[in-house]
Amino acid sequence: MSVWWQIIRDTLKACEVKLITYVPDNVLNPLLKAIHADDYFNAFVCTREEEAVGIVAGAWMGGMRGVVMMQTSGFATLPNVLASLAVPYQIPVLMVVSERGTLGEFNIGQAMVARTVRPALDAMGIEHHTLTRLDEVAFIVERTVRQAVTTQQPACLILSPLLTGGKAP
Amino acid sequence: MRNDAITRDQAKVMGRFDITKALVAKLHKDEAVIGGIGHTNWDLWASGRRPQNFYMLGSMGLAVPIAMGVAIAQPGRKVFALEGDGSVLMQLGALATVANRAVGNLCIVIMDNGTYQITGGQITATGQGADIVAIARGAGIAQAEWARDEGHFAALMDQALVTDGPMLVGVRTDDQKPFGQTERDPPQLRDRFMRGLGVKN
Repeated sequence: MSVWWQIIRDTLKACEVKLITYVPDNVLNPLLKAIHADDYFNAFVCTREEEAVGIVAGAWMGGMRGVVMMQTSGFATLPNVLASLAVPYQIPVLMVVSERGTLGEFNIGQAMVARTVRPALDAMGIEHHTLTRLDEVAFIVERTVRQAVTTQQPACLILSPLLTGGKAP
Repeated sequence: MRNDAITRDQAKVMGRFDITKALVAKLHKDEAVIGGIGHTNWDLWASGRRPQNFYMLGSMGLAVPIAMGVAIAQPGRKVFALEGDGSVLMQLGALATVANRAVGNLCIVIMDNGTYQITGGQITATGQGADIVAIARGAGIAQAEWARDEGHFAALMDQALVTDGPMLVGVRTDDQKPFGQTERDPPQLRDRFMRGLGVKN
């Protein structure tokens, strides 16, 4: 069976999600490498998560699907642009967040900021799912992209350490 | 950098609405325009509604990233980002991303009045000496220039329409009141824009 990052890469491709904007993260590294190695994707690093969201939102309006990849602490910088751009304009900005701050976190700051992620998503009414099991990854990713696009709503996938192994100290 | 390029201090202070109208009058190929929030956006609205204009109602600082996304999705279309100095100062990193990705069909126009005019005219960093054109060059946008006057702005826009960018043009603007206010209906603004870009029928 494939590993989690192979399944996410292949499912994004099958869903025609071509544009990948990201702020790097250790856990995401194998996924980002695999995406960069595949000519199908247009992938590049951004200086801030807000910027990455703006680019994906613009690309959607221009007819290209995209996803923003980041760490939990990066998501915490996003509520204003999600609440004033993606949600009210009904733009399906897809987000993949690798979860720090739990299940063995060594940095108290990461643990605290991680607790803001789900309440912020819930407060904005943004659909989100936490990926914990390898056998569920393809289904959740495919259905989340499909629902985001057809309902024109942003959505967020949180990659649990249960799936990725997390970051060791 | 051109030998006759000037600094912020040497650029003429021009009328924001006049400059906006001058730009829009040059658009004959369904070029896209992303209007950042504030008076920049309101004057874009007042200069005549075009289905290829996108009007932001929040997400301060994202005019350049949104325009970059449109430009990546539609490489055959020229895309303009109209942004204020206060806004672009919030996302200076985006200028480096634009340069690194060499987005050839993107032109950024910065309306720099040196103040956060819409919140009461508090001074911005550019009003205290930061030069956004110099910052853009430092970020890697080689084609970055101040508009000396109205005629020079017109020439720079002609250049932007026919040459590969990315390009950034700084414009010193006055503090006149805006000539309209954007409609506040986000889904409709987005839907109209997508139809204007041919993404929806």
